[in-house]
Amino acid sequence: MANALVNVPPRARRGEVIEIKTLISHPMETGYRRSQLGAAIPRDIIRRFVCTYNGTEVFRADFHPAIAANPFLSFWTVAVESGTIAFQWTGDNSFSVTESVTISVD
Amino acid sequence: MRALGAAAAAILIAAAAFAGEIAPSDRRSGYDFMSRETRAMQDDDTANPGFLWVLEGGTLWSMRSGAAGKACADCHGDARVSMKGVAARHPAFDAARGRPINLEQRINVCRVERQQATAFGWESRELLALSAYVARQSRGLPIEVAGDQRTEPFIAAGRATWDRRQGQLNLACAQCHDDHWGQQLAGNAIPQAHPTGYPLYRLEWQSVGSLERRLRNCLVGIRAESYEFGAPELVDLELFLMWRARGMLMDAPAVRP
Repeated sequence: MANALVNVPPRARRGEVIEIKTLISHPMETGYRRSQLGAAIPRDIIRRFVCTYNGTEVFRADFHPAIAANPFLSFWTVAVESGTIAFQWTGDNSFSVTESVTISVD
Repeated sequence: MRALGAAAAAILIAAAAFAGEIAPSDRRSGYDFMSRETRAMQDDDTANPGFLWVLEGGTLWSMRSGAAGKACADCHGDARVSMKGVAARHPAFDAARGRPINLEQRINVCRVERQQATAFGWESRELLALSAYVARQSRGLPIEVAGDQRTEPFIAAGRATWDRRQGQLNLACAQCHDDHWGQQLAGNAIPQAHPTGYPLYRLEWQSVGSLERRLRNCLVGIRAESYEFGAPELVDLELFLMWRARGMLMDAPAVRP
């Protein structure tokens, strides 16, 4: 199950600074915990988040074990042109989720 | 001096043990006791992780399942219309069982009897997702569980559990949540325990959980033996709490610390 929620303003003025918010469902298992029987629980985290705006990377984040489950990110970019803003989360156990939204800039 | 303070506190607790119910005008949702940051998280649907479950619940709603090959949507149609206010009325009296059942139990009844599928496990991701999706349709609506002839004995039973001292700490729910709400317990504000936002995303859990999970947590906190999920005592207590919060607005899926 990998659900992602993305909030991008559907329209913006050219040059406007817009806020982008993303939320994704992920357990972010640290790899430091042990089960009740003492067996190590293997790490299962998102390693990287990349946001591209019409193919150009505008934001990237590396994730580490200390980040909580269901990580929420908020960041800003400049609305330069109409097009697609794409998001990709990749991580352990070949976790990969992509999401994209369109924005119209006038 | 410290012993004197402890003695004074003990007397204060003993004296306040009979403070009784909260007046309707003084009732406050757990939301009001939260930090500004946590409130902001709940207020923004794209920052509220509870909506991940709502999203999944929406998918499950229209997914065919069981021997009957039916989806929830095949009978109930658009949940935004058919499920409006449903969570605000649960636990509700079920004639076939002769007692009130909560929203999770109602979903599983439908699943077993209508869809002819296996019931979802307690606190399973699917059950939480569906109940969050259904509860979300009651957002902003007042809680209105029935307080009639059929439910009254069960409300009374729930109230008895609420007022009964239990566990190694020998505490009743009412002693904290009726008599000492707004004060601090180990650095956290004591809320009034109105279940307006269940199932909700609890930061401590890093997950959505049901009201029963929360109640069992509290029972562990007072070092009492927890009731099983779906136990009549827990459902009665849920019913009493919803009845006690009648008229308050639903804010499911809420975020709580």
